[in-house]
Parts: sequence; structure tokens; C-alpha cells
Amino acid sequence: MDFSLSEEQQLLKDSVQRFVRDEYVLESRRKLVASDTGYSEDNWAKMAELGWLAMPLPEEFGGIGGGAVETMVLMEEFGRGLVVEPYMSSIVIGGGFLVAGGSKEQKTELLPKLAAGELKLAFAYAERQSRFDLNDVECKAEKSGDGYSISGHKGVVFHAATADKIVVSARTSGGSRDAAGITLFLIDNNSSGLTRRDYPTVDGLRASELEMDGVAGTVLGKVGGGAALMDEVVGQAIAAICAEAVGCMDVLQETTNEYLKTRVQFGVPLSKFQVLQHRMVDMFMECEQARSMCYMVNLKIADEDPTERAKAVSAAKVQIGNSGRYVGQQSVQLHGGMGMTDELHVGHYFKRLTMIDTMFGNKDHHLKRYADL
Amino acid sequence: MDIQFRDGDLAFQAEVRQFIGENLPADLRDKVQHGLHLDKEDYVFWQRKLNERGWFAPHWPVELGGVEWRPTQHYIFQNELVEGYCPPVMPFGVRMVAPVIFTYGSAEQKQRFLPGILDSTAWWCQGYSEPGSGSDLASLQTKAVREGDHYIVNGTKTWTTLAQFSDWIFCLVRTSNQGKPQEGISFLLIDMKSPGIEVTPIITIDGSHEVNSVFFTDVRVPVENLIGEENDGWTYAKFLLLFERSNSLTGGLKQQLHRLRTIADQERANGAALSADPGFAAQLADYEVQLRTYEFLELRTLGNPNPGAEASYLKIIGTDLQQLASELTLRAVAHYGNPYIRDALVHGYNQPAVGPDYAAPAAPQYFNYRKTAIYAGSNEIQRNILSKAVLGM
Repeated sequence: MDFSLSEEQQLLKDSVQRFVRDEYVLESRRKLVASDTGYSEDNWAKMAELGWLAMPLPEEFGGIGGGAVETMVLMEEFGRGLVVEPYMSSIVIGGGFLVAGGSKEQKTELLPKLAAGELKLAFAYAERQSRFDLNDVECKAEKSGDGYSISGHKGVVFHAATADKIVVSARTSGGSRDAAGITLFLIDNNSSGLTRRDYPTVDGLRASELEMDGVAGTVLGKVGGGAALMDEVVGQAIAAICAEAVGCMDVLQETTNEYLKTRVQFGVPLSKFQVLQHRMVDMFMECEQARSMCYMVNLKIADEDPTERAKAVSAAKVQIGNSGRYVGQQSVQLHGGMGMTDELHVGHYFKRLTMIDTMFGNKDHHLKRYADL
Repeated sequence: MDIQFRDGDLAFQAEVRQFIGENLPADLRDKVQHGLHLDKEDYVFWQRKLNERGWFAPHWPVELGGVEWRPTQHYIFQNELVEGYCPPVMPFGVRMVAPVIFTYGSAEQKQRFLPGILDSTAWWCQGYSEPGSGSDLASLQTKAVREGDHYIVNGTKTWTTLAQFSDWIFCLVRTSNQGKPQEGISFLLIDMKSPGIEVTPIITIDGSHEVNSVFFTDVRVPVENLIGEENDGWTYAKFLLLFERSNSLTGGLKQQLHRLRTIADQERANGAALSADPGFAAQLADYEVQLRTYEFLELRTLGNPNPGAEASYLKIIGTDLQQLASELTLRAVAHYGNPYIRDALVHGYNQPAVGPDYAAPAAPQYFNYRKTAIYAGSNEIQRNILSKAVLGM
């Protein structure tokens, strides 16, 4: 039992911290959010150069072969900086699908490009009726010549506009809520039959609605094996996003503590009021609990027992949801009117934490899933 | 980073389990498992079994009777005892006053007091709180005035757990009114058989007799029973508090959850098991997630040489969970939280149970567990400590 980082992991942490400090002051993030793509291609190239894009990918395909802890280290620091580059969509999820389900040919062709920053991926799974059930899929894929032809709607596909290829879940057989009969496909973003509606999200990212009408797709993984693949890779994504949330929470906790020590009211710093001291301690304890569960899930995500793994994932997501809500709301509250302003970074972290709860199932969803496991 | 126990840890875990299997009598295990009343003899019996194995005081220095264990082994040991339904070790001697004696006491004091603690022939209680000094402990007024070779002690201590069984009490007493309140406090060891000591029971809302008032009227205490220096008692008291707050609670919480689940599987609601009721199932799942979080919070602090801040938040969160489990248990037994038959809480009650037999302790335990957020420094005091020590407020 050991909760410390190895020397390599500590070096990685230091280097991401430097990047976030140098490239990610709030003003530059604001410019990125307002730019055409919503992030910086220069930053992406830099991430490739520093080996972060290659980090979780296997060495035989141009990767570095890092594990969940390395991803956790990266994501936590990205959370601290509110980094907007599509690391989650492209590397953690897109790369995760290629590694877990890609054929030898797909891996050989795509993974080195992904690691080099020459290829970006996105993941389209949500549908209007599906809510958080990954297996509630109405998009249809029909055999067409050598490949498949996909039709249907996908919603809130993060970073779809800038992706080269999109991983899409579609039904090759079975009823609309069956786990059996779902297949994953890779489609090209410039395919004929694909219509995209791009928009910004409330927390400064980008997403799209996809309408597919006979879009050509190549199978990723086994036909009918989509549910198992999604379960595995989305589990990894949740473990990673927990780390991002921990980074966000720590910044809010530190910032709010600092603010209470400097803001003077009634002739004394706010930090002298016991009611605020106790609120701060409760925020601090939420941060520590969230961090514990973040470590837990990232250390258990490779567990062989699928139930144990699923329980770890859902338990962590519940805790992150609870902690993120409390820390986010209270940070705004304790900053008073300033907390309400777009000018201050506090609100931006609050928004990100709030949206993290909606990603891959909110607290309610995972509590129910945990109870059913 | 990894969360695997080492091979050595697993072997150790098996060794502890085997020891419990061979030494804990079934009826004693039964009492603990069902939350029934334990007598002093029950505690003493088990503490002696542990001591025979050399495991009663594992955190003591090896030369005094401790064991050289890794932090994980201490953790495994504590949790195996709880999960195996062993009677709890009474902390006042072995975990509380003993570290003060072997850290700050004289050679004579070590020789005189530690053996009795080890073999459970000397039973200790803690004289800290007073009627006028609860959270504000440093305001305590029990006076010790030096007269030749003795201190003359006058005052009242309260909330004194198991004083009715005790041979000795370790007390914070006022020896000076100079300077800050903390600066005039001394740490005295007092023989409970001394003339002038009177113990009266305080019955708590659950109907049990755990705590007492202890009155001191002109009690003569030999000067050699003073720990360390006169007026330095606050330092020793703070040191002791760290031990008081650093017990692992995970095993006990798991046991509470296990009991709760068993009850929820047997209770019926809407034609099915209560555990299948979506509302109750969600509360159970929510509790389990919080418990997992707590477990990992505890694991992260293992082996931390300076457990001050962690001890405070573990106390807050752990006792919140103890209370929540007891509340859910009471809710689970529904109507049968009402009957209160004192004898049914004692092992060997031979009347048929009123309602299911697991229901009898539910309400008393719920009421009793309200204490956890109040004792050992209330959870509000812990927040005060954290805001200063960790957040620098």
C-alpha cells in the first residue's frame, strides 16, 4: 500500500504544472475559449512534443505505455488550469477505444498519428432518449458493401468539430435498450451524409449535435461488442475526469481560503468568523474525500473483476459529484458578489465542476448503478 | 502508487484471524455481534488474551511490550479485531495514559504503572471534563494545592467513562492561576480508592450507565504521582488527545453496515425486502459510498508521522458515519424501535424477543451514538482545530 508518486510521475506532474502556469493564466484561456476552434493547436503540438499525447498509448504503437496513475497526474493538473484542449475526448477516450478494441491495422495506422498530434478523435454516444444509459442506442448501422452505413442522431459530442474521426455507437441488432447488438464504428468527420451543428458549452468547451444519414463507418472492435468496450473505456474516462475534478476543487479551496484571509468586513478578515472557518473546513474535507476516491478509482480501474471495477467507478463518480457540488457552490457563496462575476476565475471552475457531474452519468445515476451492482 | 497489501501483510492478516478464531469464545463474540451489554470481566478476559499473545499494546515501544509493526499491520490488526467481533480494548490505560507515562513519566512511574496496564489488573479512567469545562477544557477548575509531599485535590470531574470500574484516574488539575489558563494545569495520577473520592452514575438517554461524575473532597495525592513538571500538564494532554483521535474506525463502520444490511434483508416493505425498496436501497448505497471514501481517507493517512490534522477530519467524518449508520438501522426496524426492555440488551435474556431480535439495540444505539460527535473534542472543536492548523485561518 503506497499513495506516493514515483520519481517519473513526480517529474511529469512538475512539467504539467509548469505548462499550466506559463500557458494557462485566465486571460489566455479566455482567448482560447473565444477562438475559432476553442483551444490552441500550438498547445496541442506542445503536448505532443512533451509526450503527453503518447502517455497512455502502448509503446509498440508510438506511445509511452503509461497507466491510469500517469493519466490521473495529467488530468489533475489540467483541472487546475481548466485546460480546454481535447485531451479527454481524443486521447483518454478515443485512444482508449483504439487500444482496447482496435484491430492491428487500425492501431498501426492511427495510434502513432494520435501520439504525434496529427490525428484527433471524438466519441459520439448520447442520444435524446438515452440519458446516461450507454446501451440505450437507437442509431442504426446496416451492412453496406464491405462496411456499414450509419443513420441516426447523436447529441453533445465533445470536440467533434475539430476531430478527424469520430467513434460512434450504433445498433447492428437487438432492441433499442439491449446491451447486445451495439457496435462501435469509426467515421470520418468529412463523410457525406454527416451534418454537424457545432456550439460552445457553458463551461467553455465545444460540442456538436450529429445527424447521420447513411454515413460510412468501419467497425471498431467486434460487431456486437460495443457495450463491453464502452464499459471499459468510459470507466477509464470517469477515473480520469475524477482527477480533473480534484484539480478544480483544490484551486477553489485554496483560492477561497486565501480570499477569506484578505477580505476585510466589520473591521476583521472574513477568516476570523467561525461560521466561515467551519464552512472552509467542510470544503477542505470534501476535497480530501474526493482525492481519496480519485486515487481509489485510478488504482482499481485495472482490476480484473468487472463488478469490483464498476463499483469503484460509480462510487468515485458519486463522491466527486457530491464534493464538486459543495466546493463549487460554497466557493461562489464565500466570494459573495465577486463569486458571481465572469471576471473572477472562481465561477469558471464552478461551471466546469457542475458539468463534470453530468459527464458519463451524474451522481444520481451512479448511486443507482452502485446500488444495483 | 498501489493499494495491494504485501504478501507479508496478508500472512499477518491470516495470523490475526487464526488467533481470534482460537481465542474468542462464541458467547462473547455473540454479545459483541448483537450489540449486547459487556461486563468488565468480558473486557478484561479479552485484553488478557491479547496480552498473552503480546498484542495488547502493539503501539508501545518494543522494550516496554510493544511490537514492531508496519503502519499497515497496525491497521489490519485493529480492523480484524473489530470485524471479528472482538470486545473493544478499553483505551484509557493502554492507549491514553500509557503513552503519556512512557513519554513524559519518570523511570519509577513507568515501572510502577505500565505492568498493571499491560495485564489489565489496573483499570484507568480519564478525568478531563468538568461541569463548567466542556469544549473549553483549559478553563478547568479542579484544584490541586501542594502541602508537603502531597497535593490536596478539590473539585468535580464529569463524563468520566467507566469510572465505576476504575482503580486509577488520570486528571488534569489546576495548580496555578498565573498566566494563560493553559499554563496552570498539571497532570496527576490519582488512586480511586483515596479517601474523599465519590463516584455517582450519570444515566444517558439510551438508558445506559457508561459515564459518571467524580467528586474530589480534600483528596491527598502523593507528589510522586505528578507526571512531568508542575503546570506543564496541557502539553501532555494535547499529546494524549492525538492518540485518542487516531483510532481506525473503518472496521467498526463496516460492521455497522453489515448489521444494517442483514436487517434490511429481513425487514419487509411493500411486499418485498426493505433492501429492495428503491428509496432505502439508495440510502444504503449512498452510505456505502461514503464508507468507501472514509476507508481510503484512512488508508492515505497510514504511516503519517504527524497525524494531527488528519486525526481531526477522520474524527469528524468517521463519527458522522457512525451516527448515520445507527440512524439508518433505527429507521430500518420501523415500529420495533419502540419497545424498550433493558434486560433484552443483556446476554442470556430468556424471554422471547418483542419483534425481531435484532431490533432491541437499534434505538438505544442510535441515542447512545449521538455522543460520538461530542466526545474527544466535539466535531465543532475539530473544525476549529482544522481551520487554524491546516487552513491557517
